[in-house]
Amino acid sequence: MKSLLLALLTSALLFSQTAWSGELVINFDGPDPAPKKAFEMVIAAFEKANPDVKVKWNLFDHEGYKTSIRNFLSANPPDVAAWYAGNRMAPFVNAGLFEDVSDVWESAGYNKSLAAAAPSLTIDGKKWGVPYTYYQWGVYYRKDIFEKMGIAVPTNWKQFLDACATLKKGGVTPITIGTKYLWTAAGVFDYLNLRVNGYDFHNDLTAGKVKYTDPKMQLVFDRWDELVKPGYFVKNHASLSWQDALAPMVQGKAAMYVMGNFAVAPLKEAGLTDDTLGFFQFPEITAGLAKAEEAPTDTFHIPAKAKNKEDARKFLSFIAQADIQTEWNKILGQLPVNNQSQVADDKFLKAGFNILNNAKGIAQFYDRDAPAAMAKAGMEGFQEYMIHPDRREKILKRLDKVQKRAYK
Amino acid sequence: MAVASYKNHKTFWHRNRIAITPWLFLLPGLFMFLIYVILPIFQSIWISFYEWDGLSPKNYVGFENYLELIDDENFYTSLKNNIIWLILYMLAVPVGLFIALFLNQTVTGIRIYKSLFFFPFVLSQIVVGLVFTWFYNPANGIFAIILGFFGVEAPSILGNEDYVTYGIIAAGLWPQIAYCMILFLTGLNNVSPDQVEAGRLDNAKGWKMLWYIILPQLRPATFIAIVVTVIGALRSFDLISIMTQGGPYGSSRVLAYYMYETALSEYGYRMGYGATIATILFLIMMVYITFFLWRMYQQEKEGA
Repeated sequence: MKSLLLALLTSALLFSQTAWSGELVINFDGPDPAPKKAFEMVIAAFEKANPDVKVKWNLFDHEGYKTSIRNFLSANPPDVAAWYAGNRMAPFVNAGLFEDVSDVWESAGYNKSLAAAAPSLTIDGKKWGVPYTYYQWGVYYRKDIFEKMGIAVPTNWKQFLDACATLKKGGVTPITIGTKYLWTAAGVFDYLNLRVNGYDFHNDLTAGKVKYTDPKMQLVFDRWDELVKPGYFVKNHASLSWQDALAPMVQGKAAMYVMGNFAVAPLKEAGLTDDTLGFFQFPEITAGLAKAEEAPTDTFHIPAKAKNKEDARKFLSFIAQADIQTEWNKILGQLPVNNQSQVADDKFLKAGFNILNNAKGIAQFYDRDAPAAMAKAGMEGFQEYMIHPDRREKILKRLDKVQKRAYK
Repeated sequence: MAVASYKNHKTFWHRNRIAITPWLFLLPGLFMFLIYVILPIFQSIWISFYEWDGLSPKNYVGFENYLELIDDENFYTSLKNNIIWLILYMLAVPVGLFIALFLNQTVTGIRIYKSLFFFPFVLSQIVVGLVFTWFYNPANGIFAIILGFFGVEAPSILGNEDYVTYGIIAAGLWPQIAYCMILFLTGLNNVSPDQVEAGRLDNAKGWKMLWYIILPQLRPATFIAIVVTVIGALRSFDLISIMTQGGPYGSSRVLAYYMYETALSEYGYRMGYGATIATILFLIMMVYITFFLWRMYQQEKEGA
């Protein structure tokens, strides 16, 4: 009797011991069907590969997550947390809330296979997270309208402006955009800036090393003038969200959209097909300048106060694997970061994969590369400029003022 | 002797209970008030002297946040909008009064009309905001359709820096008028028929009747209507948040929204600066509240 009790006790102890050491808590913010399904698949694969680890994951609402992460990182940290690369992770890194995971990158040659995303995950020479997906930005266009009006896919700025002029003359708004939530305007700005001044200038600007009143910035806005002043953007864009701005494109009232690849799914749902919807790389502006692209990267991190860092490292290493990223991104409809992965059979993803692999550099996006206070003021400035292009000087001066403060 | 000794043995409690009892009853309320209202006020003022992102250690910067605020265009835009809100929102009081006067009659089905007029107040502000956002949609909103009928092209109300604040105020007035109306309707129930009768005998009619006989009796209702309208104007936060998020480029922000944006929104987490805005807003409110309390006190004195 006594021995039985003892056995029970030890087994209970043992059991609780394994349950404690083998439980991995993950906080994740992808409640939409595709991200959720993909993540379930990854968890199942991870548990199969590591039978001694039991994963417990908390699903957060996308917007609410941005606030909750600030609380749970210090108060009740999980073992792994989803977040974003670039300046978005800087506050947490600087506050000592994220764990240095350079060793995970070393362990399986990820410095090579994830090289594309390495700069955006490095702060002070250390890596602070592991990327698992990204997607390209570029120009999505109505192939059928282009064909009907005899417009070829533009590869340089002059051709692009000619295409806009032809479309406008034909009664079609050249470019649709919805700037109500500001970031779409930043996409246009980033591309103009990357094509006029290049990748290094983009980084210098978002790092606060160049002023907004710099003569090189004037060149960007000169090009932007060529789109804003003739009215090539859809009217009333300040009261449209990015989803609202899809409508003119679907209805054939607008022909182009500078967007991320996530716009393809809703456009196809609204009735466009591979025959009517096309994609091209944002055209060249400064001749001969190496092209850099926007590709916001989603990542996973280990909170500095995590309890089970050992298994968390296993998980981060696991999700960086080529085969896992292949499967994951097939379901997401996005691009794997690991350059050994396969891309899903989709013309937009293939084009994006091709462009990103040949890119000079990868920008995260204006609001992820610049610190929050600067990003907010900057994007408001871009929106104001698109409505009142004559206020350019005033806006740039204001941004200089914000910059001086934000980078102290 | 016995009486004297009894008196001497009277406890502190017995001697002072009349003075202490009210304080005992007040204690729970005062305690809550202290913790949830008074302390946070001082905490905010204290934080406004720091630079703090809510995560890293605080960094004392003295009056730097205040100097920045003086030089901040966004602050003046928000302040201007706050004033526009306070002035235009007051329209709810006279409009509510006239609807109440109009509805204060005995016709068949008047209860139905009354409830229809009261209906918008029952809606959540969020719903009101959403409905008006659709209403203003320049592509297919009803506002654009009506203007289109007259051959006028609708401006994008919520995308235009000149119209946006007025557009949101119009949305806010809709339920606010209903609220004022119901206050005046209940007030009108208490208007004494004798005085109206007496006024009639003295040949008071129309405006004169309203001004000299009805309005003085509606004074308590007017008082409450003004108070709730001022409060409504100051908590315009939800409508702005749902309709424009302060846009386009910050031109529809009010101070409360600007404070939220700098301190707590996605691009914010400048706690010190947010607290500075809160402190300034608090000071402005204090001027108003002090004036209000002073006037109330004066009126009470006159009344007594």
